[in-house]
Amino acid sequence: MIPLPFYLTLAAALFCIGLYGALARRNAIAILMGIELMLNAVNINLIAFWRYVKPAAPTMDLAGQIFALFVITLAAAEAAIGIALIIAIYRSRDTVNVEEVDLMKW
Amino acid sequence: MLDEYGIVALFAFVAVVFPAIPLLMAWVIRPKKPNKSKRATYECGLEFEDFPAEAQNVWVQFRVQYFIYALIFVVFDIEVVFLYPWAVAYNALGLFALIEMVIFLGILALALAYAWRKGLLEWT
Amino acid sequence: MSTPLVLTYVGFFVMAAITLGGALMAVSARNLIRAALGLIIALIGIAGIYFVLEAEFVAVVQILVYVGAISILILFAVMLTRGLMKRDLPAQNAQWIAAAFISLAMFAALLYVALSTNWRAVETQVAGDLIPKLGTELMTTYLLPFEAVSLLLLAALVGAIVIARE
Repeated sequence: MIPLPFYLTLAAALFCIGLYGALARRNAIAILMGIELMLNAVNINLIAFWRYVKPAAPTMDLAGQIFALFVITLAAAEAAIGIALIIAIYRSRDTVNVEEVDLMKW
Repeated sequence: MLDEYGIVALFAFVAVVFPAIPLLMAWVIRPKKPNKSKRATYECGLEFEDFPAEAQNVWVQFRVQYFIYALIFVVFDIEVVFLYPWAVAYNALGLFALIEMVIFLGILALALAYAWRKGLLEWT
Repeated sequence: MSTPLVLTYVGFFVMAAITLGGALMAVSARNLIRAALGLIIALIGIAGIYFVLEAEFVAVVQILVYVGAISILILFAVMLTRGLMKRDLPAQNAQWIAAAFISLAMFAALLYVALSTNWRAVETQVAGDLIPKLGTELMTTYLLPFEAVSLLLLAALVGAIVIARE
């Protein structure tokens, strides 16, 4: 088997690309894409740990896979609500540039 | 186990290369004599540049109802994800799991009922 | 029968290249449709990584939910908020240098932890068909989160409809 750090390095790189996207993009939808990339990086870690590290309790043998399934579900809910918010903001303020949506900033 | 996916990888490789070869050959062999109507976006006699300015904006606004349909689709897509392992393990699980799944589906049916009640399933 | 190691390496590096290339396209493309395409490529690469890790069910779910549903939502969002490409704003905001610095520092920290920790990794074989076991665990050990997921989806759908309706 490939050593575990290979997967962890890939996940770290993906997480940091997503972090850069979430921090540096202007467009709210692009920020959401960065967040999706970060969630996926976490999922890679979960699956890699499932494959390489065995939990003590036999009833939790598939914990990593089930956690990943829940993370995917949560990501879908998060994307649905996030995009609904972006559409609502676009409709009322005619922009999806997060720098122009600063009504509550001091 | 993983090497059984070698076939899939081979198939994917062929699927990429097979259409790429004729495209590449055509690109090498074909004569290159472009003119204005050949380079037009739509080769149907109408020049894109002749359209009125507001029709040239190709970024048309889509209706939000498309998004609502996609939302409902996402919810039932995820329902399938949890239904499948339950269905595979059904014989080993018994009545209690059936009740659990009925509750799960019932709650998701509420979501569909809400959308239906609000009239979002009709195209207006 | 176990896979030859070299094949696993080839699979891993091909899929990792697809994933990282798509991710870089997603965060750097000015055109949002291109960024969404990059995201979809990255998500497919991640599904490939799951196949390499022999988590087939999660890989299929990744394609079904992420590539099939979430990217559709994102593409609809791009199409619903049109007229953004007209303005000549750069895709990155003013703090992009600081953001790049933070991301690189984060990467260095994560890399240090990933390489210096003893993870006590063990080499095991995946025991046959895992899906019946997955269903059993989902219905016993993880029963409460499983039912909570349905409530979450209900709340998300109702909330998104209330927020997005005209």
